[in-house]
Amino acid sequence: MEFFEATATHVDDGPVPAPASPDAREHLVVIGNGMAGCRAVEELLARDGTRFRVTIFGAEPHVNYNRIMLSPVLAGERTFQEIVINDSGWYAQHGIELVAGDPVVAIDRVARTVTARSGRVTGYDKLLIATGSDPFIIPVPGHDLPGVISFRDMADVDAMLAAAAGGGEAVVIGGGLLGLEAAHGLTLRGMKVTVLHLMPTLMERQLDEAAGWLLKSALEARGQTILTGADTAAILGDGKVEGVQLKDGRVLPAKLVVMAVGIRPSVKLAREAGLAVGRGIQVDDHMVTSDADVLAVGECVEHDGQCYGLVAPLWDMCRSLADGLVGRTNPYRGSVTSTKLKVAGLDVFSAGDFSGGEGCEDIVLRDAARGVYKRVVLKDDRIIGAVLFGDTGDGGWYFDLLKKGERVAAIRDVLIYGQAFASGGGLADPKAAVAALSDDAEICGCNGVSKGQVVASIAGGACSLDAVRSGCKASASCGSCTGIVETLLALTLGEEGVQAGPKTMCKCTSYGHDEVRRAIVEQGMRAIPEVMQRLHWSTPDGCSSCRPALNYYLLCALPGEYVDDQQSRFVNERLHANIQKDGTYSVVPRMWGGVTTPTELRAIADVVEKYNAPMVKVTGGQRLDIFGIRKEDLPAVWADLNAAGMVSGHAYAKALRTVKTCVGSEWCRFGTQDSTGLGIKLERGFWGSWMPHKFKMAVSGCPRNCAEATIKDFGVVCVDSGYELHVGGNGGIHVRATDLLVKVTTEEEAMHTAAAFVQLYREEARYLERTAPWIERVGLGHVKARVVEDEAGRDALAARFWHSQSFSQDDPWAERVAGADAGLHQPLLAAAE
Amino acid sequence: MTDWIDIGTLADLPLRGSRTLTLAGDPVAVFRTHDDRVFALIDRCPHKGGPLSAGIVHGHAVACPLHNLRISLATGAVLGEDAGCTPVVPVRVAGERILLASPVRAAA
Repeated sequence: MEFFEATATHVDDGPVPAPASPDAREHLVVIGNGMAGCRAVEELLARDGTRFRVTIFGAEPHVNYNRIMLSPVLAGERTFQEIVINDSGWYAQHGIELVAGDPVVAIDRVARTVTARSGRVTGYDKLLIATGSDPFIIPVPGHDLPGVISFRDMADVDAMLAAAAGGGEAVVIGGGLLGLEAAHGLTLRGMKVTVLHLMPTLMERQLDEAAGWLLKSALEARGQTILTGADTAAILGDGKVEGVQLKDGRVLPAKLVVMAVGIRPSVKLAREAGLAVGRGIQVDDHMVTSDADVLAVGECVEHDGQCYGLVAPLWDMCRSLADGLVGRTNPYRGSVTSTKLKVAGLDVFSAGDFSGGEGCEDIVLRDAARGVYKRVVLKDDRIIGAVLFGDTGDGGWYFDLLKKGERVAAIRDVLIYGQAFASGGGLADPKAAVAALSDDAEICGCNGVSKGQVVASIAGGACSLDAVRSGCKASASCGSCTGIVETLLALTLGEEGVQAGPKTMCKCTSYGHDEVRRAIVEQGMRAIPEVMQRLHWSTPDGCSSCRPALNYYLLCALPGEYVDDQQSRFVNERLHANIQKDGTYSVVPRMWGGVTTPTELRAIADVVEKYNAPMVKVTGGQRLDIFGIRKEDLPAVWADLNAAGMVSGHAYAKALRTVKTCVGSEWCRFGTQDSTGLGIKLERGFWGSWMPHKFKMAVSGCPRNCAEATIKDFGVVCVDSGYELHVGGNGGIHVRATDLLVKVTTEEEAMHTAAAFVQLYREEARYLERTAPWIERVGLGHVKARVVEDEAGRDALAARFWHSQSFSQDDPWAERVAGADAGLHQPLLAAAE
Repeated sequence: MTDWIDIGTLADLPLRGSRTLTLAGDPVAVFRTHDDRVFALIDRCPHKGGPLSAGIVHGHAVACPLHNLRISLATGAVLGEDAGCTPVVPVRVAGERILLASPVRAAA
């Protein structure tokens, strides 16, 4: 222990002592590379980065990851990489040796060594046991069949994903948090899921009966079958799982059974080493076991008779442990836990005791329309419990009042309406509510970050949401506290001081385009309000940036099903014409491939005269633009043009504009192919398809390229031996010549490749991203891999495109001429003088 | 004293949308927001005169279709970093009916 005294002198001024050589330092060995073990090491390093040499043993072949984020990985909302807490760089930076995939199997407290499964023996000065917990497997017949898995680690997730790949039926035993998360993920992955729960209501330890029932109804509405009071008798199958039999005789077919009935502290190692073990490994207030050189932390410990299965107590335990290790006193006094979580996208919160009983009073608020249920339980003028379903925004506030034991008589009447209301009437500023939170109020439950820590992180230079997330980790996991973190940024720095995240879709959300889009597709969202609700939009109905984007993403994801939201479209797409600076509109009828007829020209001339259009102009896209049409006259103009066989040219739309052509082999002495004919085929095939941005095509009949195909989004250059297909050109502010995608030999192949390319662009580009920046972002190689090299993928893309087209080729002008949305064009009162 | 003109019902206005009318020679845009509130502004963006009635209505604001300035429906003021204001036309809802204040000419 002389070494402790030596390091204690580091505060002296004078020459900085050379770092101790590795051998001279005490050796801390950590058993368990999970959230508790690594957090304890982080806390220790924050206090003293040089005292210990650290070795961490992990049973799993991974770096330290966030176990509570396995559910989003299963659900496809996150990748494993995104839930890593400390990557290999962290271990290297701190000189930590990570022994992953080689679990410790024995502790010798006399020799002060641990032995790993591989036989490797490692000596320690201090040993930290952070083995977490083991899933409890109910010992029914068949519990050891292949296909019965728990939900505890990445390997379990991989096993579930493998099973879900072929669809089919799954049974989840256990209607607690883990079971419901597993059921949700498997449902999203395409399995038909039945949840068996022994108790009468779901999550009975966290939720009361009413909230449990709401949860059950909501999950059933999402396609799951929930059987409560269901007691498992046996798991059936010959060599693999085939079904589950209940005690009442019912048999449920299943190829996958997830056992999620509970967890138990993992104490086998400690017990075999002779440490004091009750339900968990018994520790004192600084997490020291019955052996002074052996510590334990996390779900594997028992402190003051309590075991914890939630993440929040870990943070307090790790602080006390680290303080103890560096000789400071900071006793852990146990944790009051709250549960704030998302189950299948539903917000659920509970804290404290809500079982009711003698002397307890309930305050309940139900809002059936919003699917909200709130219940606060009072005893002796203090909050002792709370259950929230559907709206958990005030959970932190109730929990804060509960922990502090504050008297609530003064606000009792308005307590249930939440903090904003209770602290200043219904119009109270939500910012004031955040400002009023105490410094130790927990902001981020996933990562155990208090308001004080978030503010300190901001004061320390984190000026954006991303910076806060990477700094103190607040809002870095489930994201439900993002709004509060943003408010803290604004409160601390002022609105101007906050740096917008580089990739946020708009100010209404903290997510970027790609994240929002992935969530829409993977979670099967079907409407703009649903997206805003489920992704925590900060505004009631979005803004002029996000609404058109969401409308497009839904339209693209659900062809033929999604009902276009007119009010989420820019005026040009709402009025099917181009607004001009004086508020009038210009009208461009389609001229297929730039070819017109005397009838069409006559009809256009008539319209110009009849409606006093001040100008008619040939466009750069080989058609005619009629200017100066009033909003009220648009339907009549379209009726006249329709009568001559013309339809909307979509010159106003994020869609195919024109297909510019040269005359090609039919007339030109240099022409190699029928470029005009192919242009018309392309335009007939592709018009009407909504895209992330406007889309221009061209077909040139020879490499002289009179149709300027090499500055189009999709350009064809005909050659003697076939068709060169070019992509990603742009003649705009930044001129970009196309990249050659592929050369094909027939018109059919050209059409097929075009369809696949357009569909890839539709599915992957961000809204308002032209093909040129999209290709520069994802790389031509990616586009080639998907459209050229992957034949099956190309066919699938093209098939999706043509399917989508089967719903999109109705002339919007004709619909308006027939009377649709007449109010858009007519004034409210003819004259209100 | 204000004269109120009956201009129609809430159902005549698209949700999150707008319709127009002419009042004493001025173009007026009448808006209906997501929470069924009704607002009315002179239909001219203070920036370049764009027809606000053609903009995307979000919250209690509208984005001008010409250059995407955001205008407060309640005050007519340009929101954010730009400046300017378009006149507000007083509007109230009486039962089903929407009533617009007829312009009171400046008394010299």
